Amino acid sequence: MAKITFVEFNGTEHEVEAEEGTTLMEAAINNMVPGIDADCGGACACATCMIYVPAEMAAKIPEAEDMETTMIDFAENADATSRLSCQITVTPELDGAKVKLPESQH
Amino acid sequence: MTNQVVIVGAGHAAGQAAASLRQEGYDGKIVMIGDEPYLPYQRPPLSKKFLAGELSIERVYFKPPAFYEKADVEQKLNTTVTEIERAQRTVHTSTGESIPYSKLILATGSRVRELNVPGFDLDGVNYLRTIDDVSKIQSKFKEGNKLVVVGGGYIGLEVAAVAVKRGIDVTVLEMAPMVMARVVDPIVSSFYERIHAEEGVKIVKGAAVSSFEGQDGKLTRVNCSDNTNFDADFVVVGVGILPNVELAQAAGLDVENGIIVNEFCQTSDPDILAIGDCTNHPNPLLGERLRLESVQNALEQGKTAAATICGRELVYAQIPWFWSDQYDLKLQIVGLSAGYDEAVVRGNPDDGRSFAVFYLKEGKMIAVDAVNRPPEFMMGKLMVAGGAKLPAETLRDESINMKEMAQMAKDAS
Ligand SMILES: Cc1cc2nc3c(=O)[nH]c(=O)nc-3n(C[C@H](O)[C@H](O)[C@H](O)COP(=O)(O)OP(=O)(O)OC[C@H]3O[C@@H](n4cnc5c(N)ncnc54)[C@H](O)[C@@H]3O)c2cc1C
Ligand code: FES
Repeated sequence: MAKITFVEFNGTEHEVEAEEGTTLMEAAINNMVPGIDADCGGACACATCMIYVPAEMAAKIPEAEDMETTMIDFAENADATSRLSCQITVTPELDGAKVKLPESQH
Repeated sequence: MTNQVVIVGAGHAAGQAAASLRQEGYDGKIVMIGDEPYLPYQRPPLSKKFLAGELSIERVYFKPPAFYEKADVEQKLNTTVTEIERAQRTVHTSTGESIPYSKLILATGSRVRELNVPGFDLDGVNYLRTIDDVSKIQSKFKEGNKLVVVGGGYIGLEVAAVAVKRGIDVTVLEMAPMVMARVVDPIVSSFYERIHAEEGVKIVKGAAVSSFEGQDGKLTRVNCSDNTNFDADFVVVGVGILPNVELAQAAGLDVENGIIVNEFCQTSDPDILAIGDCTNHPNPLLGERLRLESVQNALEQGKTAAATICGRELVYAQIPWFWSDQYDLKLQIVGLSAGYDEAVVRGNPDDGRSFAVFYLKEGKMIAVDAVNRPPEFMMGKLMVAGGAKLPAETLRDESINMKEMAQMAKDAS
């Protein structure tokens, strides 16, 4: 288990227990965090599970693969720190991480 | 009577409607009645990662079990709604219950079309719609076993892709002269035929299955009407679906190729709404009525129905999109290509594994098929929505990137 905090666009924080081996998207959905739609259920096909990852956390996770990078590149509200949460696997190193959510996923 | 929304069916659309009702602030009771033994789950993984054994059941649930408790959604699983008594605003169930509603949502989805040829009931003849279907198919996943997939639609081809990776000998029988004929252009079809051949799947076109043959109740062979036959340890039939409309029909609601609803997901009885695969709905962006089989449609209609019940107008107006995963290929489709008069190819489908097709009708972009091409898909969404009109040479030109392309389309309109 790793504690992850999702910060909504309006600043509301949700600290959740994320199970190792699952994805950050699933951690959000399973804990009813608003602001992650995940329409395709993690297939890297919709870009509605976008989050902003701070640099110190980005260093602890594998870089995005091509498919993810290009999806983000064309997603609304995306910036250089954006990642798709369905492509990030929870590991113990992520304990205590804080990620931000966009204003909307569409 | 107190407010009580009853949802018939416990699939993707039902799950979304329940979640959206609470998000919209609905504080009455919600009762969800489903005939399967499971909480709402996602079907796409059933022919993809779940079939491949890469996901546990918990990971295909639409929402975790705790959600229904927290959102105060009463679940009645393993229960079929057998009748809607509109005058009494009550539904009757297979378990002998009568449940009153103030609003009713029909989220009955669809069922597989069966192939009623001799031998249809042999052990080894499978369909793919539910978690239980997957278990049956997986029990035959032994290296060297022979699988015949009947129907070269996207579900059949996804199954073929998963099975061949497991060392299974796979043959796909398709009646039409090309695979995925219902959804894509021949360019995309032949691309997928090439890839499946490269991966070791045999595709036989123009093959009409006439019977299944077996020994001691177990399937051994698939016979076609041209007298060809194929040895098989198991079969997966994927020849389309039928919307579950009978309940609505028996209640006297308008039904024609789906349960007829308006842009707010209301049926011909405004207190009864219908969402997802079972609906025939208007699409104001496309200017026509559609019945769709897609997650997007199930989710968005779930949201619209919830808003309607809560007195908020949220017109269902979406450009359809869809995806299919086969091997390392992600096909993303936006729009509906039916009726196109020109298909413009970007990239080379005869070589490699990435290209896109833009479908034009009278010069206007109506759909995009993108294979491992997220930029074409993402910008395609904008361009189809905006009715982009760009010359074919421009669309084909890979020295123009897709962001520039979308901007050019916007400037030109
Ligand atoms: C193998 C497979 C792969 C797919 N892949 C994709 C994909 O990649 N992308 C995509 O967008 N879509 C895909 N789809 C389609 C998508 O899953 C459906 O469009 C979606 O599930 C529709 O949701 P729904 O809630 O309308 O219907 P369903 O999911 O069919 O749910 C309806 C439920 O209601 C139940 N029910 C029906 N009548 C009654 C009754 N009288 N009483 C009680 N319960 C009842 C049914 O048994 C069912 O459980 C796929 C479908 C399948 C089967
Ligand atoms: S859930 Fe669709 S891309 Fe992550």
